[in-house]
Amino acid sequence: MVERRPLLTFLTHTVLLIGVAIVAFPVYLTFVASTHTAQDIVQAPMPIVPGDQFVHNYVAALTGSEKGAGSGAPVGRMMWVSLVSALVIAIGKIAISLLSAFAIVYFRFPFRMFFFWAIFITLMLPVEVRIFPTYKVISDLHMLNTYAGLTIPLIASATATFLFRQFFLTVPDELAEAARVDGAGPMRFFKDVLVPLSATSIAALFVIQFIYGWNQYLWPLLVTTEESMYPVVIGIKRMIAGGDAQNAWNLVMATAILAMLPPALVVVLMQKWFVKGLVDTEK
Amino acid sequence: MAAEKRVVFRSPWLPLALLAPQAAVIGVFFFWPAAQTVMQSFQQQDAFGTSTSWVGVENFVHLFQDRSYIESFKTTAIFSVSVAVFGIAISLLLAYFADRAIRGALVYKTLLIWPYAVAPAVAGVLWLFMFAPSIGVVAYALRKSGIDWNHLLNGDQAMLLIIMAAIWKQISYNFLFFLAGLSSIPKSLIEAAAIDGAKPWRRFWTIVFPLLSPTTFFLLVINIVYAFFDTFGIVDAATEGGPGKDTAILVYKVYYDGFKALDLGGSAAQSVIIMSIVVVLTVLQFKFVEKKVNY
Amino acid sequence: MQSKSLIASLSLAAIASFTTPAHAQVEIQWWHAMSGPLGEWVNDLVKGYNDSQKDYKVVATYKGTYPETLTAGIAAFRAGNQPDILQVFEVGTATMMASKGAIVPVGKVMKDSGLKFDPSGYVSAVAGYYTAPNGQMLSMPFNSSTTIFYYNKDAFKAAGLDPEKAPKTWAEVALAAAKLKASGHACPFTTSWISWTQLESFSAWHNVEFATKGNGMGGNDARLTFNGPLQVRHIQDLENMAKQGLFVYKGRENKADTTFPSGECAMLTGSAGLLGNIKKNAKFNYGVAPLPYYEDVAGAPQNTVIGGASLWVMSGKPADHYKGVASFFNYLSSPEVQSESHKRTGYLPITTAAFKLTEQSGFYKQNPGADVAVNQMIRKTTDKSRGIRLGNFLQIRTIIDEELEQVWAGKATAKQALDKAVARGNEQLEKFQAANKS
Repeated sequence: MVERRPLLTFLTHTVLLIGVAIVAFPVYLTFVASTHTAQDIVQAPMPIVPGDQFVHNYVAALTGSEKGAGSGAPVGRMMWVSLVSALVIAIGKIAISLLSAFAIVYFRFPFRMFFFWAIFITLMLPVEVRIFPTYKVISDLHMLNTYAGLTIPLIASATATFLFRQFFLTVPDELAEAARVDGAGPMRFFKDVLVPLSATSIAALFVIQFIYGWNQYLWPLLVTTEESMYPVVIGIKRMIAGGDAQNAWNLVMATAILAMLPPALVVVLMQKWFVKGLVDTEK
Repeated sequence: MAAEKRVVFRSPWLPLALLAPQAAVIGVFFFWPAAQTVMQSFQQQDAFGTSTSWVGVENFVHLFQDRSYIESFKTTAIFSVSVAVFGIAISLLLAYFADRAIRGALVYKTLLIWPYAVAPAVAGVLWLFMFAPSIGVVAYALRKSGIDWNHLLNGDQAMLLIIMAAIWKQISYNFLFFLAGLSSIPKSLIEAAAIDGAKPWRRFWTIVFPLLSPTTFFLLVINIVYAFFDTFGIVDAATEGGPGKDTAILVYKVYYDGFKALDLGGSAAQSVIIMSIVVVLTVLQFKFVEKKVNY
Repeated sequence: MQSKSLIASLSLAAIASFTTPAHAQVEIQWWHAMSGPLGEWVNDLVKGYNDSQKDYKVVATYKGTYPETLTAGIAAFRAGNQPDILQVFEVGTATMMASKGAIVPVGKVMKDSGLKFDPSGYVSAVAGYYTAPNGQMLSMPFNSSTTIFYYNKDAFKAAGLDPEKAPKTWAEVALAAAKLKASGHACPFTTSWISWTQLESFSAWHNVEFATKGNGMGGNDARLTFNGPLQVRHIQDLENMAKQGLFVYKGRENKADTTFPSGECAMLTGSAGLLGNIKKNAKFNYGVAPLPYYEDVAGAPQNTVIGGASLWVMSGKPADHYKGVASFFNYLSSPEVQSESHKRTGYLPITTAAFKLTEQSGFYKQNPGADVAVNQMIRKTTDKSRGIRLGNFLQIRTIIDEELEQVWAGKATAKQALDKAVARGNEQLEKFQAANKS
């Protein structure tokens, strides 16, 4: 901190508290709902202070003992599928985007901007609209019911490429110059200079892409026909009985909270890496 | 392009090799299906694809003859601008304050990023729990304070609801990237300015904001793309385009027609239209807004 | 595609004959959209069937909501790896039927299998929805519910109404609503699935056409007629009720469902399937009654229209798969299985034998209100009341939602809204007809 400004500090806390109250309110409600009985939740209005069913609901959610889950796959297996998918997607996206952004920013070659825009366009056609042909491709490549089918089609990321491009453009030219002078090849420069410098961007992207991969619903639903390959969000959605049957909202919410714990862990861990990356570059 | 590196590497084959993985993935899993989708926009077929016929631009003509489709351009414009502008402004505010080394910063940051982890499916249900005119907690509170909240029949309230829901989703996202951007601004610069006597407000606008501009530009483009393409889930969960068609943004109709109504030709044609609009918007942003960005 | 799968199954059979006992189990893939407790019901049905015989194994896979499941089925069909059985909601019936060669009619599957199959044993108002005009059953009704009327007995008492006398006619509903409002009730009457309850089922209940050609059963050139005098009159009545705060709109589809068990709304027209939910969550005495009607209309009450989903058999599978499907459907239609399912879920039994079995078991005596839905359906249907078969039906329902919302918001009259809905809906029918030319 630069100087002591008590008023500003007070303002900071106030703004942040209000921000947290608004942004985290739905998460808070989810938690509250997970500690009541299903009947209490549907009485208008829903209670906003936690109830007394915490232990009962979470045990039931984890063991699948209470009726109303409607699902065949155990929660543990689904969390595992989600974990593998999320890691592969996050790491895969970051890896290939680093390479692509590096190529686009630090080289001159024909069709350079064409590639950039081609990558960008992938953001502009939601998968729901091209589902039939995309499914056919996966099916023809025999990737149904595989981790590959769950992850590879989602690995192309314009967001990551674009972010790295932005960051690379801010890297001082002197560094690249120095590398050239030293006789280091481009990949050396990439490995020893660019990637370490990009630590905070990588950390931010890792959080986002991990959560993106973790929360996949529609794509896994389509490319898997074995329920043992279902990730956790499908499990949550199928507890919500569409139509008339009664929902065990308390269990739905408890499972949702459980599903949010690994991403929360990732968020906390990545923040440590932020600080570390910052300290490293603060030479 | 305004943003270019002065120092570059030379290699005839390396850049292409570096691009190959991403190019391969998007070639097979995006462009090939996308090409088929574009083809579909010139066809009319049944859901199963057992009877297909070419109809030229008829799908497009049909769309522009539909008055409610034209009106949804306006609805979409209002929605997208609101989501992008307010989403960025609010998260920048929060990120700036969270970046100050105060006690509990880690807790604040975690609590502000964590909501991004709420699965869209669950988020839809939560918004219902909060705003449903019957059992909604927030709706109840609003009614008690005299505001008659009924987004089922009040188009403006419905619009407000989906804007809020879309912004909420993005605040965590924008906040995270602003934090990353802020943390890469050398503290020494800020310290130097403080020693010179510049107040925080001044420091922000003369040092922080310009240095943050690559991130801001990134978020501006991404938020607009998000508002145009990724928000149909929110609309589906909250209002389904209603009441009437008051919240039927363009991409919602694409989703509805392609996914629920199984009108593949129509939804493909609409996708082509939206894609064209956003490509133009993005090119404009790169051409004009990027000039102001400090790299 | 046909020859590829033939070669594949032949090779598999050849390999199997070397490594496994002569009688390998045939796997039947069933994709469904049943979540929550209904998902457990599906799993139990499948287990019961698999345990009862050795030749076939049904594998049930949850594929999301109804639209998601249908999309998955279509995507799989287009890629050549469709399941054997697909559960499709009732509004998708025309799409399934119009698909040339994508499905095999259930009637044909059952007949070819050689198993005993008697179409007349099925409740005509239930199976009729999924039957072609020539009598061939196209899909197997699976989870069918119908539109009934719920009312809050405690609220009635507090308003000075007789809690044991359910309103029978719409006039009585309006009177009850007025008394409820006078006693301070904020939401006397509301409805779920407004198109289904107030127009589709409403029309059939009064033996009036919703669309030409027997509500579309007769061909893709059917056109909508739900802006006829009776329907306009009814929506006008609802419009007046809305203006006086007697009818409160609570959202599309089944968003209004929660307002009844929570006590917020005193009267609800909705699905019979809601009963289980109400039983569990309502903290007051409630009553179940048939859908109200206009007593001055000749022929009312006729029968109501079902909602829910049915099981379709996809084409392009090997012959022994179809035998397995037929055997599974036989199991599902048996009176014992039907009766158990009906008691457990509240969905309608699809055979008269199942209904009688349930009656004999005393179930209806122990569970008042459980037979209301069935009684509305156990009668002979007419051409106008058998069911609705319209293309792009999902879009038509959305159009009806949108136009009626203008009425509740005071922006259009009943006649204007219905006329507009019919015009827009007919455009959808024309599109469907053009896209599915024979």
